[in-house]
Amino acid sequence: MRLTVNGNDYSFEGDVRMSLLDLLREELGLPGTKKGCDHGQCGACTVLVDGRRINSCLTLAVMHDGDEVTTIEGLADGDDLHPLQSAFITHDAFQCGYCTPGQICSAVGMLGEAEAHGPSHVSANLGDTVLTRDEIRERMSGNLCRCSAYPNIVDAIADVAEVRS
Amino acid sequence: MRMFDYARAADESDAVTRGQAEGAKFIAGGTNLLDLMKLEIEAPETLVDISRLAMTEVAETAENGLSIGALVPNADLAAHAEVRARYPMLSRALLAGASPQLRNKATTGGNLRQRTRCVYFYELASACNKRVPGSGCPAIDGFNRNCAVLGTSDACIAAHPSDMAVAMRALDAVVTVRGADGVKRDIPIGDFHRLPGETPHIETALNPGDLITHVTLPPATPARQTYRKVRDRASYAFALVSIAASLTIEDGSIAKVKLAFGGIGTVPWRDPEVEAMLVGKAPSPTLFGEAADRLLAAAVGHGHNDFKIALARRLMVGTLSALASGKLGDEVQA
Repeated sequence: MRLTVNGNDYSFEGDVRMSLLDLLREELGLPGTKKGCDHGQCGACTVLVDGRRINSCLTLAVMHDGDEVTTIEGLADGDDLHPLQSAFITHDAFQCGYCTPGQICSAVGMLGEAEAHGPSHVSANLGDTVLTRDEIRERMSGNLCRCSAYPNIVDAIADVAEVRS
Repeated sequence: MRMFDYARAADESDAVTRGQAEGAKFIAGGTNLLDLMKLEIEAPETLVDISRLAMTEVAETAENGLSIGALVPNADLAAHAEVRARYPMLSRALLAGASPQLRNKATTGGNLRQRTRCVYFYELASACNKRVPGSGCPAIDGFNRNCAVLGTSDACIAAHPSDMAVAMRALDAVVTVRGADGVKRDIPIGDFHRLPGETPHIETALNPGDLITHVTLPPATPARQTYRKVRDRASYAFALVSIAASLTIEDGSIAKVKLAFGGIGTVPWRDPEVEAMLVGKAPSPTLFGEAADRLLAAAVGHGHNDFKIALARRLMVGTLSALASGKLGDEVQA
């Protein structure tokens, strides 16, 4: 199988049981994506596949032949950090940092979903979604932070999304 | 995870042919199946990858309904403009389920087949009639807080976990499957999920190799609709009790009502008698309370989940009262 990760092409043959997460970490040398629960409950393994955020632990690598994957390693432009990476630093949006790659990849996907006017569970009106802090909290609920840096994570994302507090 | 053979289906016909093999399972989003395979609760000999088949469209039907391809992701279905406008309870139900990452992968067909979250089903060291038929049901006298109070049997009290299927049950969706013989057949969603009875390991009306191709929603009718879900956390948790409700009031009385419930049943729960006793009457908390008593007359708690009976009653009365007064819900136009 072949896939593109952060703009680089890879080909791989191996165990069909391998998750996309294990492929990234163990075979392709991209350990930025983290393994937390390995059961789709914590969001630490969140990556973007063809622009959509997914849990890379709950998908088989072999099912992604030809796909384009973006991990935390692929968000910066050289030495210029992605705006969300900078915002997480500015707002001190972590303590231990283990969930951070997943939080940031998830936030990239989330902002795209919101831009496409996808509603959420807390949207009062299904037809006209405006990104608020409550919306950010709900839309980021698939990413757990055991250090509970949530207020600063919301600050960082709201800053990039230009949400008024 | 046990070893398996992997095959990517070339088309629907190829999928049903491969799907008939002993020990074969379809995989699409994989969000439930792979979780269960990691725990070796599921150990298919062959995985037939159907994720690249063409069943990805949401299309108008000739009867002004909506046809939803089995591979439409939960996120896309929730955000679809026609679903939001004409079947808002379905959007709301989908958005109340799982997390955004999971909804981006989980499919319409897969969601209909997701398996229970009963703790004993997940605990390999314990008995479970769903996992090992005939081994017993420790939930009945054990930790049963998330278990069902309606539709249970002496063999199983596991609750059905889906939010989407509850809304589809209220909307009278029809599930179309392609059988091993290549013939398509329609299964009303009320017949799709099976009560546990003595065979709780048989969860749906599907035969081996049956492929869900699409789900059809009948034409929308003017109503106020909502989906409300009570759970342990504000987000990203399974329902303790949920309700999908559609209410149409004309000239001060209830013209149409559709109600389905999650969390309380072994299958997405709907009771036509409850709806019948509401039609033609003026909405009031008293009336809704009487209907809720009817809904829950046969409910049986098993200790930890006793609270679900009172909670379901309050949720039903509160939701219908708020819908009737216009304080809650999304309006569906003609």
